[in-house]
Amino acid sequence: MLRRFSALFVVALATSVSLYSQGNLLINGAGATFPNPIYSKWFDDYHKANANIQINYQPVGSGAGIKQVTEGTVDFGGSDGPMNDEQMKAYQDKHGSPILHFPTVLGAAVPTYNIPGVSQTLNFTPEALAGIFLGRVTKWNDPLIASANKGVNLPAKDIVVVHRSDGSGTTYIWTDYLSKVSDDWKNKVGKGTSINWPVGLGGKGSEGVTGLVKQTPNSMAYVELTYAAQNNIPFGAVKNSAGSFVKADLASVTAAAANSSKDMPADFRVSITNGPGKTAYPISSFTWLLIPSKFSDAAKRDALKTFIKWALKDGQNSVEALSYGKLPKEVAAKELKALDQVQ
Amino acid sequence: MAATSTTVHGAGPIAGSRSFIDRVRDGDEIARLVTFVFAGVTVLITLLLVIELWTGSAASRHKFGLNFFFTRVWDPNSGDFGALPFIYGTLVTSAIALAIAVPLGIGAAIFLAELAPARVSDTLQFFIDLLAAVPSVIYGVLGVFIFIPLMREYIQPALSNTLGFIPLFSGPAYGIGFLTAGIVLAIMVIPYIISVSREVLLSVPRDQREAALALGSTRWESTWKVVVPFARTGIMGSIFLALARALGETMAVTMVIGNTPNISASLFSPGYSIAAVIANEFTEATGDLYLQALIELGLVLFLLTFILNGLARILIVATSQRGGGGH
Repeated sequence: MLRRFSALFVVALATSVSLYSQGNLLINGAGATFPNPIYSKWFDDYHKANANIQINYQPVGSGAGIKQVTEGTVDFGGSDGPMNDEQMKAYQDKHGSPILHFPTVLGAAVPTYNIPGVSQTLNFTPEALAGIFLGRVTKWNDPLIASANKGVNLPAKDIVVVHRSDGSGTTYIWTDYLSKVSDDWKNKVGKGTSINWPVGLGGKGSEGVTGLVKQTPNSMAYVELTYAAQNNIPFGAVKNSAGSFVKADLASVTAAAANSSKDMPADFRVSITNGPGKTAYPISSFTWLLIPSKFSDAAKRDALKTFIKWALKDGQNSVEALSYGKLPKEVAAKELKALDQVQ
Repeated sequence: MAATSTTVHGAGPIAGSRSFIDRVRDGDEIARLVTFVFAGVTVLITLLLVIELWTGSAASRHKFGLNFFFTRVWDPNSGDFGALPFIYGTLVTSAIALAIAVPLGIGAAIFLAELAPARVSDTLQFFIDLLAAVPSVIYGVLGVFIFIPLMREYIQPALSNTLGFIPLFSGPAYGIGFLTAGIVLAIMVIPYIISVSREVLLSVPRDQREAALALGSTRWESTWKVVVPFARTGIMGSIFLALARALGETMAVTMVIGNTPNISASLFSPGYSIAAVIANEFTEATGDLYLQALIELGLVLFLLTFILNGLARILIVATSQRGGGGH
């Protein structure tokens, strides 16, 4: 009995080993959590179409993704913010070749609030947002907020600011925007996935922030558009650089990217917050795949390149169903060309 | 605890009187070796942990030195890191938790062990063990949906109306903060105190009680003056188990504490704990110094646990010399 089992086991083991040697290719990636839902769908769809290619993605956070791809423990990374020059240099020093950024989808951060008695969509100017998050605008009826919301009965109550406590790409987008519209913010606080907040309470994750806002009267926070859309969380409009108040949706996010794509740098490391265009939503951003420019394993390289090509074309069709912004066609076309740099 | 040490010492002379070969053949020597390795592994793991935390935080330790303990700023952008608000938050929330949980827990344990009928005691014990097994995130959710609104709407206004002249109970009521975190922690650690204390009280020899009753003491006098002092060492152990649990709790705390590195006399204000900040920021920590500062926070938490545990031992030794139970 036992012998028969062990024989079966050996056969099973042999088959699985031979299956692998027949070119079952496993590619590992790690990084940002924000694009994880769409990446999971992509890798799954792609695996169904190409049974021999399996791509694993661990949503461990942008910071960890950058670290792991630099150390070479994964084949590619994912990040919500572009790598800075110091990180690029660290990668170059270790691998002797640069790392490349490929935008995949777009996301946005939106201002949400809970003011008892106010059901209208509020308009926020950049000055008001910076003022609130710097702790200078402390009451809801402050002229900076009220002047953009004529006819809304704003209470004379203290604003309770809520922000993300965990390191997050949403925080990066939000603070990147505030750094662009406010010099005070830029000099005193700066941008990053975790920052030293001048005011406010921290909630863990989008659900933690939303929970605090729902429960705390007169509070305000930022959440990512995907999360707000999927959970029916009301949010306000933001004044863009052309002077119009825009409420974030998939079209206005893609518009922000399209308008910025003319000045797209060759390495795609670009911030599109507060970009030009009347219909552009100003707090939008790309999320990136971090791909090494040199692979030692040719099979992996080719598989990953084919996948990216697929994601830039066919993959874009499934993006909006998950509340992400589609890449503008011009950007996708530029990326297809840039793929040649991966060798 | 006392019981185990007696058996081990008792086994010594018997084992020593036989030859080594005999002992190997009987399995004594093998058992000794195997269990020694098992015990050694725990020491080894602790050591490796310290070494890993120590080497992993080298740059941060060099840059900030002892100032790390006294700096209030935590700014990943400018690269300034200080642990003070996190140490403060960890100690304050744990202190609140123990202040609530110790009297409640020991009181309940005395009832279950000494006063309640056996059937009631066993049934309640089942539920208490169940409470101890609830994952901490559940307590966090409970905190978010039950305690935060309750604190904001009723408890904090009531406290600030009556005791508001004390700085501890002043300031705006957000519902989250040190006090809420402490209360949630208290609920989490009470089952540990009850469970362990009850077992210890039950293991107090029957003749101790009978002797006290024979000398004419009432049932409560025998419980309070004889049984509880006899079990003091074990009860202390349960409190320190609870303290260790409170110091290191992450998920439930981060959901209700407000996650703001803040030192404030008011228990209503939001704060932060060491475990919570590590859990929150570790995954997105970009830059070596940032990561190392977080690892150093881990070292600080270890140190804090170590010091408090050491103090606990001293306390146990000091009290057991006066009391009856510690042998």
